[in-house]
Amino acid sequence: MNSVILRVGTRYLAGLLLVFSFYMMLRGHNEPGGGFIGGLTGATGFVLYAIACGTHDARAALRVLPQTIAIWGLGIALTAGLFAALFGDDLFTGQWLFIGATEDDKGLPLSSVLVFDIGVYLVVFGSILTIVFAMEEEI
Amino acid sequence: MAGGFPKEVRGNGLTGIVPVLFAAGLFAYFVSLVPNISSNEVLRWNSAWVPSLGIDLAFLVDGLSLTFALLISGIGTLVLLYSNTYLAGHPQYARFALFLTAFMVSMLGLVLADDLILLFVFWELTTITSYMLIGFSHEGEKSRRNALQALFVTGAGGLAFLAGLILLATFAGTTSISGILTMGDELRAHALYLPILILLLAGTLTKSAQVPFHFWLPNAMAAPTPVSAFLHSATMVKAGIYVMARVHPAMSGTDVWLWTLTILGALTAVFSSLLALRQTDLKQALAYTTLMALGTLTLFLGQESGYAMTAFATFLVVHSLYKASLFLVVGCIDTATGTRETDQLGGLGRLMPITAVAAALAALSMAGFPPFLGFIGKELKYAGAIAVASEPVLVAGAALLSNALMLAVAGVVAFRPFWRGSVPSTQSPQEAPWQMWLGPILLAGLGALFGIYPDLLQVALIAPTVISLTGEVGEVKELKLWAGINVPLMLSIATFVLGLLIYAGHVRLRAFLGRAFAVLPDLDLGWDRFLDGLKAFAKWQTRIVQNGKLSSYLFATFLTIAAGLLLTLVYTGLPTIAVDLSDVEWKHASIALLTIAGAVLALFTNSRIAGIAALGVVGIGIALIFIVFSAPDVAITQLLVETLIVVLVAVVMLRLPSLPKAEFRLSHALLSVAVGASVSLILIAVVSSPLDMRLTDYFEATSWPEAFGRNIVNVILVDFRALDTFGEIAVVVIAALSAYALLRTTRKGGSS
Repeated sequence: MNSVILRVGTRYLAGLLLVFSFYMMLRGHNEPGGGFIGGLTGATGFVLYAIACGTHDARAALRVLPQTIAIWGLGIALTAGLFAALFGDDLFTGQWLFIGATEDDKGLPLSSVLVFDIGVYLVVFGSILTIVFAMEEEI
Repeated sequence: MAGGFPKEVRGNGLTGIVPVLFAAGLFAYFVSLVPNISSNEVLRWNSAWVPSLGIDLAFLVDGLSLTFALLISGIGTLVLLYSNTYLAGHPQYARFALFLTAFMVSMLGLVLADDLILLFVFWELTTITSYMLIGFSHEGEKSRRNALQALFVTGAGGLAFLAGLILLATFAGTTSISGILTMGDELRAHALYLPILILLLAGTLTKSAQVPFHFWLPNAMAAPTPVSAFLHSATMVKAGIYVMARVHPAMSGTDVWLWTLTILGALTAVFSSLLALRQTDLKQALAYTTLMALGTLTLFLGQESGYAMTAFATFLVVHSLYKASLFLVVGCIDTATGTRETDQLGGLGRLMPITAVAAALAALSMAGFPPFLGFIGKELKYAGAIAVASEPVLVAGAALLSNALMLAVAGVVAFRPFWRGSVPSTQSPQEAPWQMWLGPILLAGLGALFGIYPDLLQVALIAPTVISLTGEVGEVKELKLWAGINVPLMLSIATFVLGLLIYAGHVRLRAFLGRAFAVLPDLDLGWDRFLDGLKAFAKWQTRIVQNGKLSSYLFATFLTIAAGLLLTLVYTGLPTIAVDLSDVEWKHASIALLTIAGAVLALFTNSRIAGIAALGVVGIGIALIFIVFSAPDVAITQLLVETLIVVLVAVVMLRLPSLPKAEFRLSHALLSVAVGASVSLILIAVVSSPLDMRLTDYFEATSWPEAFGRNIVNVILVDFRALDTFGEIAVVVIAALSAYALLRTTRKGGSS
C-alpha cells in the first residue's frame, strides 16, 4: 500500500505496539494480559509495518526469521517447564524467587512462570508473522 | 552383472569390512554360549522397558533361539563377506551394508526376544529392513513393485499378528513369552484360543510364504543375490517358522493346530516343489524350493512327536546350510557368465572348480544323499511322518513326493550347469575370488561334516532345540547315518529312484507342468488386479471427498456439526426453554443488534471488502459480549484475533475477482439455519441448568496463595495448566511452519 501517511505513522505505531505488547505480557499475571495477548499485539505491530512498508522492510526490521522466533519460544517454554525438574517437582510446576521479600511485601517476584509466558509470547508472535509474511509474499 | 568378476578385488574399504567383523563377533559370541545351552541351561537377560504396561526388554537364549541365532549370525557373516566382493565398488554399498546389518540385528532380536511386544517390534523391523533390501535396486520398476508386494503381504500379516499377540497378552495377563508358555493347558481350553491361533497364523503364514500367500517370495528374488541367500535361506522367511515353533509348546496339540499346519504345510511343500521344477531361472527355482522347505517345516510343527520335532530341528539346520550355499553359488554363476538360465549354462565344472565343489556338496545334501546331513534330515522326516498318529500316509506321501522333486531340482540347479554340456562360446567364465567361494564351500562343507559326525550337531543344537519345543529330554531322537533297515530307509530308496526318474524327464515334465499350472488362478496377477482396484477406489473416493471446492468442504464440516448437535438434542430430549428477558439492558440488546446486522450484511453483500468488514463486525460484537460479562482477557484476545483475521483475509481476498452476484442456495440456507438453531438451543439448555462453580471456586481460592497471581485466566494458562498450554503452542508452531511450507511449495509449483 503506497501511502506516505500510513508509512510515517506506522514507524511510531509499530514501536508503540511492541512496547505495549511487552507491557501486556508482563502485567498478565495479575491484570488482563499475558503472553498470548502480548504476542498478538506485538504481531499486529509488525503486520501493520508489513502492510505499510512491504514485507521486505518488515523482515529487515525484524532481523531474525519469524519461524526461528517461534521455535525459540517453544524451546524457552519447554526449558521453563523442565526447570521444575531441577528442584524435584513435577514438570511445569512454577518456581518462584522473591527478591527482597519482607513480612508484608513480597518484593520483586521472579518465576519460571514468567519465562514460560515469554515463550508463549514468542511462539504466538513468530507464528503469526511466519504466516502473514509468507502470505503477503505469496500474493 | 555380465562383466564377470572384478579384476582386482578391493571390496568397499571400511564400510565393507566393519559389518563383516561385527557379524563375525556376534557369531563368536553365540558360539561361546553353546556349552551352556547344550547342558540345558536357559540364559535370560531382563530390563524394564515400559513398566506401567509390564513390558520388558527381555531376552532369552535356549536351544531353539540359539540355533536360529547361530544360523543368522553365521550365514550373515559369510553373506556380508560375499557381498563386499559381489557388490564391490557399488556406489550405495554403505547403504546396502547398513540395511543388511540392520536386518540381521532385527532378526537376532526377534529370535532372542522373550516379550510379546518386543517380539513384534523386531518382527516389524525385519519387515521394513527386508523391504529396503528387496527393493535395493530401486531404479527398476519391477524391483520396487516386488519389494512393495512383500512389504504389503507381510505387513498385513503383521497387523493380524499384532492383534493375536495382544489377545494372547490379554489372556495371559503378561507379555512375557516364557510366562505364557507355561499356561498351555489353560490357553488351549480358553475361548480366545481360536482367535489367537487364527491371528498368529495369519502373521506367521504370510511371513513364511505358505500357500496361498506364497506368491511374494519368488518375486522377492528381485533383490541382489546375497540378500536372497540371507533372507530366504535362514532368516526372514523362517521368522514365521520360528514364532510357530516358539508358541508350539503352548498352542499345539489341538485339532485346529494339527490340521491347519499339516494341510497348509503339505500343500505348500508339494505345490512349490512342482513349481520349482518348472523354473528355468536358477534363482527362481531355488526360491520355490525354499517354499518347499518352509512347507515341510510347517508340516512338522503341526505334529507333537519327538521324531517330528527332531526332524524339524534337523531339517531347519540342513536347509539353511545348503540353501544359503546354493544361492551364493548361483550368484557366482551369474557374475561369471551373466545369466541364470539353465538352458544357457553348461560345462562350468572345469572352469570354476571350487564353486562346482561347493555346489555339488550343497546339492547332495539337498538331494538327501548319504553321508550328508541332508540324508539324516530326510530319514528323520520319514521317521517323523510315520510317527504322525493321524494321517501317516498323507504326511509321508507329501514328504516323499516333495523330496523326490527336491532331488530333481538339486540336479537341475547344481549339477547340470557344471557337469553337463559345454560352455557357450560367447562366455569366458573364470573362478570366483575367495571371498565369494568361501561362504558356499564352508556352508556346504558343514553339511557334510555334520552328516559324518552327527553327534556334534545333535549335542550342541538339536537336542536343546527339541527340549525347548517339547520340554522333555526323553523326546530327543538320535541323529544317525545308519539306523538299520527300516521303513525310512525304504522310503529313502524310493525317493532316490523317483527323484532320478523325474530328473531324467524334467524337460518334458516342465512343459507339462506349464500347461497344467496355466489352469490355476495366477495369484500374482490377482495381486496386481487387487492393487489396481484399490487405487481406482481411492481415486474415486478422493474425487468425491476432496473435490477442491472450499464451499463443499465447509458444507460437510458444518453438516457434521449440525448432525452431531441435533442428534444429541434428540437423544437427550429437548431442554425446557424458559427464556427470561427481564434483565436485558439496552447495551445487551444493541450488541446483539450490531452482531445480527453484521451477519446479515455478510450474507447479502457482493463486495469482498464489505463482506470481510461485516464478519469483523460480528467478531467485535462477540468481543463486546465478553467485555460486558467481564472477561477482559478473552475479549482482548478475541479483538486482536479478529483484527488479524481481517488483515489476513483482506490481503488474500483483495487480489481475487469480485464476488459473483449472490444467489440463493436452499441447501446452504437450511444448513446455516440448522447450525444456528441447534447451537442456540444447546446454549439455552446450558444456561438454564445451574452452572457448576466448583472449578471456578477452586481457582479463585488457590490462584493467589498457590500461584501468586490475581488474573485467574492467565494463571491457569501458565501455571495450573501449563502443560496444556505447552501442547497448544507446539501446535501453533507446527501449524505456522506447515502453512509456511505449503505457501512456499505452491509458489515454486506455480513458477515452474
